[in-house]
Amino acid sequence: MKRRALLGALGAAPLLPLLAAGARAGEDAANSTIAAAFGRLPAPADIRRVFVGGAPASALLAVLAPEKLLGWPWNVSAEARAWLPPAVRELPQVGRLAGRGSTMSNETLLQLQPDLILDVGTVDATYISAMQRVAEQTGLPCVLVHGQLADHPAQLREVGRLLGVAARGERLAAWAEKTIALSERVRAAVPPEKRPRVYYARGAGGLETGLAGSINMETIDFAGGRNVAAEAGRGGIAKISLEQVLAWNPEVIVTQDRELARRVLDDPLWRPLEAVRARRVYLAPTRPFGWLDVPPSVNRLIGVRWLLTLLHPGRADDAASLRAATADFYRLFYGVEPGAAALDALLGGNA
Amino acid sequence: MSASALRPAAAWLAASAALVAVLVAAFAVGKFPVAPGDLLRSLAGRLLGTGTGAGLPAAVDTVVWNIRLPRVAAGIVVGAVLAAAGAAYQGMFRNPLVSPDILGVSAGAGLGATLGIYLGLPLAFVQGVAFVGGLLAVAVVWRIASLVQRHDPVLVLVLAGVALGALLGAGISLVKIISDPYTQLPTITFWLLGGLNQVRPSDLAATAPAMLAGLLPMALLRWRINLLSLADEEAAALGVDVGRLRLVLVAAATLSTAAAVSLAGIVGWIGLVVPHVARLLVGPDFSRLLPASLLLGAGFLVATDTLARIVAPIELPLGILTAVVGAPFFLWLLARVGRTS
Repeated sequence: MKRRALLGALGAAPLLPLLAAGARAGEDAANSTIAAAFGRLPAPADIRRVFVGGAPASALLAVLAPEKLLGWPWNVSAEARAWLPPAVRELPQVGRLAGRGSTMSNETLLQLQPDLILDVGTVDATYISAMQRVAEQTGLPCVLVHGQLADHPAQLREVGRLLGVAARGERLAAWAEKTIALSERVRAAVPPEKRPRVYYARGAGGLETGLAGSINMETIDFAGGRNVAAEAGRGGIAKISLEQVLAWNPEVIVTQDRELARRVLDDPLWRPLEAVRARRVYLAPTRPFGWLDVPPSVNRLIGVRWLLTLLHPGRADDAASLRAATADFYRLFYGVEPGAAALDALLGGNA
Repeated sequence: MSASALRPAAAWLAASAALVAVLVAAFAVGKFPVAPGDLLRSLAGRLLGTGTGAGLPAAVDTVVWNIRLPRVAAGIVVGAVLAAAGAAYQGMFRNPLVSPDILGVSAGAGLGATLGIYLGLPLAFVQGVAFVGGLLAVAVVWRIASLVQRHDPVLVLVLAGVALGALLGAGISLVKIISDPYTQLPTITFWLLGGLNQVRPSDLAATAPAMLAGLLPMALLRWRINLLSLADEEAAALGVDVGRLRLVLVAAATLSTAAAVSLAGIVGWIGLVVPHVARLLVGPDFSRLLPASLLLGAGFLVATDTLARIVAPIELPLGILTAVVGAPFFLWLLARVGRTS
């Protein structure tokens, strides 16, 4: 958390006017999920059009204030759109902003006439300075928000207040807190050495995975799984070999790729693995966004409950309560009412 | 001429011994711990049919036969093919800075693979698209060069290759920009840096015929390739149909390289430097340069890939290691041979 403290300090200077303008008095800047803010922030009621810098921010806005989302920073598939609030289903793809490989010029940005630029994710000094430039050049206010899983309750509250939807932010934050509390209860009951050893298969061949501390692995950490790749060190996404997977011999394999889940179960090369022999290869749902990551968004909250159920049977949900929680999550966060068939398809990875 | 070239027998012996040592090491080490005894029992069980492999855990057999064997075999073939194509091109283009991707084969295959990943195709299709992309790129370069009549044909070919390579490189960058930064971009980056970690027996079976078929014309024409280092008129005076020979060689090298790249991604440096090392050891005669390049290329890639498997907790991309290992070695060799000659 040292890194976080440093970023907090970096973000604190530009944050001061923001705190004075809108945020609750007495809030400790170091505990805020807002990493940096540039420019003069409009009053919440005047923020009608928000440009989001990347996919995690688009997910946050889609659940908090869908009517304010200007467009999608990535290509959202037709299948995913069916699970989104009606207000954002038809929105066009508009491009990404600095820090993640920008596909959008400042002029295009101005033409969209946003009242605010918002981005969420792993915020580092490079990204903060890139955003500062955008804010200076365009004169548009920018807000950068931390997006780790533990940040979600505070993030939903703070951004909710910022956008004038404080009550909605509070409701969603409460759901997030409930999920994190459940995760903490299970993890308190199961010591780390007793937790199932999980391999997260990514990439077309399943030989990419996240190292310790990777934002892509947070769902697994919170669901009380031990990331087998953690012993390879800290970092982001890494390439590994099948021989390495065999050496790790995970008890559970999770993936978000339907084709890969099928292949892992059928492939003789993966067969020696404990997870494959026990048929503990789980396909995470991905509608409208990934439950594990891709992007690392608020959808990981339901992902944590799903994976807790699979990794710790008897300690978290059972099949029926998970199903009810899923329906509840989609109703509350996305404003959609999945029917029985849609829920089956979603949980079975066929949506 | 270097001192080593005067003792060809010793050089051959040393190179062969080095290759064998590398192969033994490649089989013996890896992330999955296989005790030497288990390795021997597994090998004996299959090779001799003695059935002594029966008592071993299933994972040991899988590791030895389905993971390490195809990987080492792929390293041998890919390394040999890239080095041979590089040696042929350096002779043909009369240029020591030429590598097998000079005519755009890697860039074409790279764009093909990048597009395949972007479109979410299964890996086997990604390899197929990469292979076709490599062949197409060189075909286009050849066609463009054959339309230009007034200049030196070799120069035109190289320049057309460089230009198309730049264009295809731009295409790769474009796909990277529009691809999904959370899933596709890491996969594309890993592919473009090369690696053998995904090789399975079926991949090798699909690509090895094309790689070996491309080597055949080089081996059969090894005497004539020497003549291509002469000016075109002189070679023609010696009875060589220069244009046709060049076409056959380009087609053969492209077939091999496109198949190698579709299997291993873009593994740089081998096609450029291994032929030079081979030339330092056995001299410039292609009939000796070709087998030396094959041997050294295979040994170098298997050695590098073994390092890629073991030096770090994760897999290091081959494209990084070939340069890190190859460049200092090459510089050392250059300095040493320069002194003794």
